[in-house]
Amino acid sequence: MGKEMKKTFVEKVLNGKQGEIVEVSPDFILSHDNTRAIRDKFLKLGIDRIKDNKKPVIVLDHTIPAANEKYASNHKIIREFVNEQGIEYFYDINSKGGICHQVLSEKGFALPGAIILGADSHTTTYGAFGAFSAGIGRSEVAALWAMDSIWLRVPESIKIVIHGKPRPYISAKDIVLYIIGKIKADGALYKSIEFSGNVVEEMSIASRMVLTNMAAEMGAKNAYIMPDKKTLDYVDSIHKKAFIPVYPDEGCDYERVLEFDVSEIEPQVAFPHNVDNVRSIEDAEGIEVNQVLLGTCTNGRLEDLSRAAQVISGRRVSEHVRFLVIPASWEIYRQALKQGILSTLIDAGAVILNSGCGPCLGAHMGILAKGEKVASTSNRNFKGRMGSTEAEIYLVSPETAAATAIEGKIANPRKYL
Amino acid sequence: MQIKGHIFKYGDDINTDVIFPGRYTYVSMSSEELATHALEDLDPLFSKEVRKGDVIVAGKNFGMGSSREQAATSLVACGIGAIIAKSFSRIFFRNAINNGLLVIIQKDVYDIAEKNDLVEIDTENGIIKVNGKVFPFSPYPAHLMDIIEAGGLLNLVKRKLHEGS
Ligand code: SF4
Repeated sequence: MGKEMKKTFVEKVLNGKQGEIVEVSPDFILSHDNTRAIRDKFLKLGIDRIKDNKKPVIVLDHTIPAANEKYASNHKIIREFVNEQGIEYFYDINSKGGICHQVLSEKGFALPGAIILGADSHTTTYGAFGAFSAGIGRSEVAALWAMDSIWLRVPESIKIVIHGKPRPYISAKDIVLYIIGKIKADGALYKSIEFSGNVVEEMSIASRMVLTNMAAEMGAKNAYIMPDKKTLDYVDSIHKKAFIPVYPDEGCDYERVLEFDVSEIEPQVAFPHNVDNVRSIEDAEGIEVNQVLLGTCTNGRLEDLSRAAQVISGRRVSEHVRFLVIPASWEIYRQALKQGILSTLIDAGAVILNSGCGPCLGAHMGILAKGEKVASTSNRNFKGRMGSTEAEIYLVSPETAAATAIEGKIANPRKYL
Repeated sequence: MQIKGHIFKYGDDINTDVIFPGRYTYVSMSSEELATHALEDLDPLFSKEVRKGDVIVAGKNFGMGSSREQAATSLVACGIGAIIAKSFSRIFFRNAINNGLLVIIQKDVYDIAEKNDLVEIDTENGIIKVNGKVFPFSPYPAHLMDIIEAGGLLNLVKRKLHEGS
């Protein structure tokens, strides 16, 4: 009897048993530049008001400022729609915004126990704060705007325990790439992942966000990290609404428990063209690259920029490399400016771009030509993702990105830290 | 809802590229045209042989890969009544239901069903009958059946909104 009563995080937050289908009404609904397409579907429903205009959070980030007229008119239609509907939470192209997942995190939408659904696959990120957050389709966002409720299947849970003492030049990105390399891109298909273990406990909020962001690349529906004092301190002064943290019961029913000791790992690299094509850096060292990208919703936070600056401080970016740096939000941009991180990077030869997705999805600002190679801190290296289908994307940590920028070829950051 | 039809059987990991080829994803098509390309790269005869109400039986991870909604809508367009698989990829599963396509997770049907066998599905009672055997599955809750019976999520939402007003 006792055993049946114990619940996983998702069973509690969604109020249903594994495998059951439940109706939920989310706290917030994310959309970005795709808001235009969603609006078109919404208007076809034949109504003119969003049911609860305090729920949509709309962030322009994918192609900002507009790269051409098509994007510009897209943005314009979104602004008009936001005004018509009186949508309160709109982050336009200005110094309050940035990449959607960073904006929702630092503006107090990502909260323990909250339910956040978004028309973006990396909506999983907010699990770093103990939220339930998952990506959904565009029709579903339109339906949510109209009805304020949607069906979800309560997933089974996988517990991933990360322990050990990682080497000082190893970051959360190396750890999560290492895990994806082991369990593969479908290793957590449709599952809820709960990350735990001493390594996760010791991680900063920014590092935890790397884990939950990349959980999407294991096929997971959502990812979760138990909120602790660090989490509560972070959201304390920023939260947009009241919240109640939700914790799994001890002894609850996990489909699998996977343990990883990361004490011995070296920096990890995901080779083209799959995120799970992961090898240790020795296999990648010496591969020449044309571009290095430091940024995106995976690795564009202050600690990422600051670690990269530490590596590159007093050195020069190789003449053969374009080193592009994109702070994940304007808040981060400002802090990096104040702390002198940006000037360290610029002095070394980096180009700082405005906050947004940039070349991550291949739309603008740093597209790759045929035959070019990039070392990127982003989360996807599918063929053609950043431009030419004949370009190659190697996914790395911020530390490895900076070392690579110095040498012009993929390099282990160990000797610089 | 009662579904009765013949079986098409496929294996594990049927990905969205073979269900609906990437070369057509950005071409806008009528539903008749969509139907002619369903499963084209896996089973070129499928779109010619399939009849309304037929059922696909498959192994694990049906619909893996890209999120293209046409993977579900092309199967709806050619009249597929249901898909019974050991498991589905998450986005395909949602796309299917939200486009009115019944997808059933049932692990045992696969082993005894063969191509062209007659299958009957009773969604109210959660029963699949094939080759004289009866297999239970957890019936969908009523509101999910409503989506399927309405022919998809947006149709249902539209109906509800207009009933309400
Ligand atoms: S930075 Fe890249 S992965 Fe993140 S939201 Fe933007 S396009 Fe998506």
